Amino acid sequence: MLLRRRRAMVCREIVEAVTDYLEGTMSGRDRARFEAHLEGCPHCREYLTQMRTTLNVLGRLEPEDLAPEAQDELVALFRRWQAE
Amino acid sequence: MVDDAQLVARLQAGDEAAFEALVRRYHTSLLRLAETMVPSRAVAEEVVQETWLGVVRGVARFEGRSSLRTWLFHILVNRARSTGAREARRAPSQVQAEWVPAVDPARFGSDGAWVDPPTPWPDDIDDRLSATALADRVRTHLAELPEQQQQVVILRDIDGLDAAEVCQLLDISEGNQRVLLHRGRSRIRRMLADELGKG
Repeated sequence: MLLRRRRAMVCREIVEAVTDYLEGTMSGRDRARFEAHLEGCPHCREYLTQMRTTLNVLGRLEPEDLAPEAQDELVALFRRWQAE
Repeated sequence: MVDDAQLVARLQAGDEAAFEALVRRYHTSLLRLAETMVPSRAVAEEVVQETWLGVVRGVARFEGRSSLRTWLFHILVNRARSTGAREARRAPSQVQAEWVPAVDPARFGSDGAWVDPPTPWPDDIDDRLSATALADRVRTHLAELPEQQQQVVILRDIDGLDAAEVCQLLDISEGNQRVLLHRGRSRIRRMLADELGKG
C-alpha cells in the first residue's frame, strides 16, 4: 500500500519529465503521476501546451530555398559523373 | 508528388530530372544537418556535394531497405565525420556533463511548485510565424544550441525522423538521444517565450 502511494510530482519535476511524457517512454505508474499532477495544475498544463506549440513551430520551419547556382553546380556534377 | 522510390528507380536509370528533383527535395535538409557537424558553411556545402556524388555513385546498389532519406543522412554523416574537421562524435559522458535545467530554478518555490508560472502564449502563434520574422528567429536560436542538441532537434522535430533512426545515425544511446532532445526543445521553448515577451 505504501509503495503504491508514491509521492506526487511537483512542477519542477514536471518540466523535466515532459519529454519522456511526450516520447511515451514513461512507465505506466510515472505516467499516472504525471497526469495526476497536470489535472490539478493549470500552470503545468500551460507548460505542456507550450512544449507542444514549440514542436509545431519547429515542424513547420521550411528549409531555406536552394540557391539556383547550387542546383546548377550539382547538375554539372551529375553530368560529369555520367560522362565518366 | 512523385515518391522517393520512383525517383530512385529513375535515377538508377540515369535520369537527370530525377536527380534534380531529389536535390530540390533534400539538399537544404542535408545542408542544415551538415552545418552542425563541420566548422563552416563552406565546408558544409562541400560535404553535401560529396554526399550527392556518393548518391549518384551508390544508387545502383541502393535496395530500399532503409528509406532514401535515412540513406542520404547516413552518407552525409559519414562524409562529415571523415572530413575530420571537427570531432563530430563526443563521448556520452559529455552529453551528461552540461546540465541545464529546462526552466530557471528561481521560478519555483522551495516546495517545487511554480512561483512565477508560464504566461499563456497567444493562440495565433502559427500565424505570427508566417507573418513575421519569427521563423528566422527560431532558426537563429536553433543555431545557438550546442551541436548535438541541434542535430537531435533538427532530425526529430524538423525532418521528422524517429528516435531509433536518430540514435543509429548519430551513434548515440536512446537515453542520450532523449536527454539531448529534452534540452534542445526546452531551450527553444524558453527562447520562444522570451521572443513573445512572456516567460
